[in-house]
Amino acid sequence: MNVQSPPEKLKPNDFASDQEVRWCPGCGDYAIVKSVQRALADMGSDPAKTVFVSGIGCAARFPYYMSTYGFHTIHGRAPAFATGVKLANPELDVWVIGGDGDMLSIGGNHTLHAIRRNVDVQILLFNNQIYGLTKGQYSPTSQVGTRSPSTPAGSVDSPISACVFALGCNARFVARCVDTNQKVLPGLLVEAKQNKGASFVEILQNCIVYNDGVYSAFTEKSVAADRQVVCEHGKPLIFGKDNEKGLRLVPGKLELEVVTIGENGITEDDILIHDETNRPLALMLAGMLPPEFPVAMGVIFRDPGPSYETSVVEQIADIKEKSPPESLNTILNKGRTWTVV
Amino acid sequence: MATQMKENDESGRQVIDSVVIRFAGDSGDGMQLTGTQFTQSTALMGNDLATFPDFPAEIRAPVGTTYGVSAFQINFASHEIKTPGDAPDVLVAMNPAALKVHLRDLVPGGVIIINEGAFTDRNIEKAGYKSNPLEDGTTEPFRLFSIDISKLTLAATEGMDITQKEALRAKNLWTLGLLCWMYDRDRQPTIDWLNTRFAKLPEIAKANIAALNAGHAYGETAELPSDINTYIVPKASTEPGVYRAVTGIETTAWGLLVGAQKAGLDIFLGSYPITPASPLLHTLSNLRQYGVVTFQAEDEISAVCSAIGAAYAGSLGLTSSSGPGVALKGEALGLAVVTELPLIVVNFQRAGPSTGMPTKTEQSDLYQAVYGRNADTPMPVISSSTPGDCYECAIEAVRLATKYMTPVMFLNEGYLANAAEPWKIPNVDDVEPFPVEFRKDAEGFHPYLRDEKTLARPWAKPGTPGLEHRIGGIEKDYDSGNISYDPDNHHKMTKIRAEKILNIANDIPLQEVSTGEETGDLVVVGWGSTYGAIEQAVKHCNADGLSVSHVHIRHIWPLPRNLGDLLRGFRNVLVPEMNNGQLVTLLRAEYLVDAESLTQISGQPFKVADLEREIRSRLEKQS
Repeated sequence: MNVQSPPEKLKPNDFASDQEVRWCPGCGDYAIVKSVQRALADMGSDPAKTVFVSGIGCAARFPYYMSTYGFHTIHGRAPAFATGVKLANPELDVWVIGGDGDMLSIGGNHTLHAIRRNVDVQILLFNNQIYGLTKGQYSPTSQVGTRSPSTPAGSVDSPISACVFALGCNARFVARCVDTNQKVLPGLLVEAKQNKGASFVEILQNCIVYNDGVYSAFTEKSVAADRQVVCEHGKPLIFGKDNEKGLRLVPGKLELEVVTIGENGITEDDILIHDETNRPLALMLAGMLPPEFPVAMGVIFRDPGPSYETSVVEQIADIKEKSPPESLNTILNKGRTWTVV
Repeated sequence: MATQMKENDESGRQVIDSVVIRFAGDSGDGMQLTGTQFTQSTALMGNDLATFPDFPAEIRAPVGTTYGVSAFQINFASHEIKTPGDAPDVLVAMNPAALKVHLRDLVPGGVIIINEGAFTDRNIEKAGYKSNPLEDGTTEPFRLFSIDISKLTLAATEGMDITQKEALRAKNLWTLGLLCWMYDRDRQPTIDWLNTRFAKLPEIAKANIAALNAGHAYGETAELPSDINTYIVPKASTEPGVYRAVTGIETTAWGLLVGAQKAGLDIFLGSYPITPASPLLHTLSNLRQYGVVTFQAEDEISAVCSAIGAAYAGSLGLTSSSGPGVALKGEALGLAVVTELPLIVVNFQRAGPSTGMPTKTEQSDLYQAVYGRNADTPMPVISSSTPGDCYECAIEAVRLATKYMTPVMFLNEGYLANAAEPWKIPNVDDVEPFPVEFRKDAEGFHPYLRDEKTLARPWAKPGTPGLEHRIGGIEKDYDSGNISYDPDNHHKMTKIRAEKILNIANDIPLQEVSTGEETGDLVVVGWGSTYGAIEQAVKHCNADGLSVSHVHIRHIWPLPRNLGDLLRGFRNVLVPEMNNGQLVTLLRAEYLVDAESLTQISGQPFKVADLEREIRSRLEKQS
């Protein structure tokens, strides 16, 4: 009996291309690319069947640094290209990479529809709340008052929450993580991949040049435990250094509040249990803003449904069964014809 | 006047060799349906024919208004014809507004068939008439055949289980019945069609068939005005074969399907609804069992981007639209050019700019097709001349896109999309296959490695082990395919992209003269749907011994390599176009010839007589 050697398991580094990385030193994107390479290695992904599709921006350079297939497209349109790739070959593992300007401003429409259709792709939105590659203009996720070359006196328009947007588009998988959280991010990406359908992951990414420290109020080690809540399905939404805080519904209202266990008669039993299939809850969690609330991390919402390309393939198979293809000559000769002799 | 009277046949019908009929009525009167059914019967009778559907952009414009008038013109003959006819010999006007809009085109002494029942004071006023045109002498230069079609239709459907409104809607079938009697057309194809169309509404089918038969019976039995005749248009002597009536939409869809099969590819069509291109999306959506995926995208940009994504993944990427939509696709087309992926863009041109006149035809996107992208972004441009020609152009577009790894712009026209003509059904097996060979070999591979002859890069689709690579909009290094900002490399890549496309001139037929001599006093150069009108005008002039030739260009870019020499063989060059002069600019720029422009930008096809007059005046000036 022949003993076949098991396929060589690829290491994270095997997913790195030979191209010199051209992000700024200290950019959060370095951590993200590492996490993605780790996730692919952990899943035993095949580089030949993996495609990264990106738009334009700092984040969109991502495919050049992967040893897989990659398509660096045009500004905002990556979800549309990815939809075509996936429909043409549903066997491929397709990842969409873009920033907040790319996917929520110029390409907001495509992000909406890729999510709504539930195309089986992983959409990783690197949110740094700024335009980096064009040198620092404010973005659709920038907080009010952001001073930038185009808003020297501070921006006046309200930002959009990426996860709330995705949930509003009927996303069936919404997760959030911080770029440098190497312990959690690879696993979250694996979960995103395992969800059959459009999986939306917002990665809070620090732009060291144009928006440094924009998330430090809740990502600094000293405050992270108090200002982030990790969503885990079926578990209480507890956070804090000593796990002393929690979220609950204000009695009689559809509204969250932060409570402290042990104060005012609050016990762990009063804390809300995370239900990742509950969209109204997910919307409330995704919309929580510091300092009043902790920032929700992890899988905020997951409720799988039929993926678009699967339904398309099934429908075509059904049509083929009901009216099998004939020769093209037959099609051309169908209907009313007449013969000239 | 197209009608030429000859002797009567044994049944007393006058034998004529051609006639032009225009059906005109309110948008809701079913004129397109009437015209289409009359066309089917006429095709089955063995006449040559050409049609021109002309309808408003509004789905249901206010009833009785002039801007709500919808018309369908058919020219059919016992000889070869190439246009839907200049002026109608017969005008069917279902209401005063239709008469108001179309009477000016009728030939002197032509026949007007009127639905008297629609000539109420209110409708007459709505059409903008001060007095009743049937009584004030308006129709005197013509032969008026005034019938209360509304009343007769109601009578024909009396006692049926339908509402009066439903009964009245059958008046177009009554009219069709009358015309079938006048021109000796078979009603059976229409009866069959009605039975299929209204299979679930048998009472409606019954009413429509009753109306059709009643119109026919009316012709046979009623006492007719003495100047109204019945006619026979004998069969045209056409090449032997099996024929059918087709529109440009059908032939475009079939050509793309055949092209894909010859290339060994599945089709991916990304498209967004737009007039007049949407029917291609509909047609291909009904052919999905033939390896076709259709995707109605969220916008024009997503439509082209998804098609490029599919091309990257190994499908034949298609996108279809009209001028404004193609404008939105511009940036993505630049990406398709720089990533050198095969893609076909079908542009059903319409009158513009901007929204323009969406249902009216024009050929004004030539600049857009050849030049309309940022930077040096060349792509082949091919244009179709007749509904039948769309089939061949579609196959050719697939061949060029896949062989040269390039997007191809297929300039179609709104007019060709909707117009019908008899088509000798080709044998699909007569098209030589041109199978795509995807790159499999990892040895020495890089994504911009060029074929020495075609200069095309390899098509390496995701899923192929060992060929993992990254492509994108950033300039690529000639030797490695990696991103490159090297100045000399960009110069070289820009040149090679242009050369690859120009090189296609060696792979397309030499330009031929379609009518007339190879040299002479005047050459009339056309492209697109003006083919038929120019061809006939030039033939008429040739018959009078005038030295004029017709050159019809299918390949707009690159141009056929002998075209310059050919044009220089004539003393003068005249370029008629349904735009403000676009091909003429291209010809002047490419060949430094003193080509003269002749423009018509009315949303209507050229008339043969107008072209003939222009040609004769040019030749008179010369002599």
